[in-house]
Amino acid sequence: MLPTPKGAFALAAGTAMLAMLPFMAQPYYVELATTALVAAMLALSLQLLVGCTGLVSLGHGAFYGLAAYTVYLVTPEDAGLSIMITLPLAVLTAGGAALLVGALSLRTRGFFFLMVTLAFGQMIFFIFHDTKLGGGTDGAYLARPALSFLGLELTYTRRQRPVYLYYVALVQLVAMYLFLAFLLRSLFGRVLEGIRVNEHRMRALGYDTYRYKLAAFVIAGALAGAAGHMWAMHRAFVNPEIVGWHRSAEALLMILLGGLQSLHGPILGALAFTGLGELPQLVGDAKPLARFFATIGLDDFGVRVQALAERKLLLEGLVILAVVLALPRGLASLRLPRFIRPAYGEPPARDEQVRP
Amino acid sequence: MSLAGFLAQLLNGVQYGLLLFLIASGLTLIFGVMGIINLAHGSLFMVGAYVAFLVTRSVGSVWLALPVALLAGAAFGALLERGLFRHFYKRDHLDQVLLTFALILLFEEARSIFVGNDFYSVPVPTAFDFSVPITAGFSYSAYRFAVIGVCLALAVALFLWIERTRMGAIIRAAAEKPEMVDVIGIDARRVHMTVFAVGTALALTAGVLAAPLYSVYPGMGDGFLIISFVVVVIGGLGSISGAFWSALLIGLVDTLGKAYVPAVAGLAIYVLMAAVLLWRPTGLFGQRG
Repeated sequence: MLPTPKGAFALAAGTAMLAMLPFMAQPYYVELATTALVAAMLALSLQLLVGCTGLVSLGHGAFYGLAAYTVYLVTPEDAGLSIMITLPLAVLTAGGAALLVGALSLRTRGFFFLMVTLAFGQMIFFIFHDTKLGGGTDGAYLARPALSFLGLELTYTRRQRPVYLYYVALVQLVAMYLFLAFLLRSLFGRVLEGIRVNEHRMRALGYDTYRYKLAAFVIAGALAGAAGHMWAMHRAFVNPEIVGWHRSAEALLMILLGGLQSLHGPILGALAFTGLGELPQLVGDAKPLARFFATIGLDDFGVRVQALAERKLLLEGLVILAVVLALPRGLASLRLPRFIRPAYGEPPARDEQVRP
Repeated sequence: MSLAGFLAQLLNGVQYGLLLFLIASGLTLIFGVMGIINLAHGSLFMVGAYVAFLVTRSVGSVWLALPVALLAGAAFGALLERGLFRHFYKRDHLDQVLLTFALILLFEEARSIFVGNDFYSVPVPTAFDFSVPITAGFSYSAYRFAVIGVCLALAVALFLWIERTRMGAIIRAAAEKPEMVDVIGIDARRVHMTVFAVGTALALTAGVLAAPLYSVYPGMGDGFLIISFVVVVIGGLGSISGAFWSALLIGLVDTLGKAYVPAVAGLAIYVLMAAVLLWRPTGLFGQRG
């Protein structure tokens, strides 16, 4: 799951590139990038369950949404609370809910586990959908949590806001990655990997696998809570859609798209998935491309590409199809053409990935 | 609430449950025999509804849509199996999820390109556009009776096919021990293609029958897909009779819940599923985990 030294270097370079993005992009794209980073946080938290422990949950979005609603419920009407209050509260609520849901659903396995987590997720969804607790089906606006730490407050103007929130999201994503990397290196992480590969063997070795799985479920739920908190902060709006199973399914797709075998896979998947929907817009807006096509006599290039945005699902569907057919191990298995990639030899099976 | 009203809701529940059975039986067969989790099954249902809409618009009768859906569905299912799914039997379940999710997107886009994004209503066929009087002061839609009848007929046909024919026996065997079917020299590819064709045809048929009741709209397969999965899981993966009884159960719980306790109706089926799975972790009729 963890990067090689070379991979770590590439990751650091990627992070640096992400950190420079606000200096190069329009506010609209900075906000889009923040959306992608929040998605990456959610996908990364789910990877602890799916990729590491082998538990495929379809209720993960519920903890994310629950956390966003927690921010809404504790925030007074007119002014946002400090992030030092809202973030721990959101994380604790999500973690607490995950403890409850996990304790029950981990009694089932495989496809049944997937469906039980879906059921619990939908229950949480209907709490917000069918009651007036959080503005009902229409959703509700909230005051953003303030960036204040121990009495120091970081203020920003409306124009600066996208950039500030972008960095808040980026810092949290990096922190989450490092935390998970640290966790996976520990004995706890090794046990989780062991459970994914062969749970019976782990039990025979004397590990109480139920407790390990429950701990992973709670940690993942709490981290999803951090992502949900960031979503509330980013959008200043909550509605039942963020709790529903679509969000969980999207997070799962991002992981699958990015690859199950690495921690950075979900991040790649989330960036790709979010970017995919905006791709025609991005390409159509790109000035250098438009200039290039104007010189070769295709003046309406941008317009034509943007017309493709109407057919967003087609593009998404085809890309996902291409990935699943051509890259069974996800986007994370893409490599720069190393002049000639070794074309022979099967990639190692998932089971052999675990280090002793 | 009056007795007549309760009776009407009861019939609605049975009709909804039987419709769910048509979708869920295909899902559970495809999972039982091939081990494929077909998320696109809801989209196939949607395709059926749009077939009903298109056929009605051009010919004027929804009945013609039934044979069209059955035949086109079978052919389409066989084609999908041959072209795509066959290459995914040995792959991880999650790859299949990704594949079938991509198919959902493509089906939706195709729907948007060929028919558009509007809501359409499909008229109830004129022959059934009346109410059947049951007691004094209570009558029930003849079309809904017709739907119950068609669904029951298809269910009986499916049971007989699975339980009484040679192909059915092979399918049951393949669901139990796929390697064994290969070993004794049965062409598994033909079995797979047949199962896929039947499952797809049933989903399209359900869509045709549903079109006059629920009208047709983008993404209409989504809700039905999730509920059908609930049906399949409660019944036990791969079990046709399990799917039948749990479809009726879900149909009744959902319909009666919406009629009498609307505040918790959305929750009801999920609470039911969670309770069943915590009590019997492989479903009511399930054998394996």
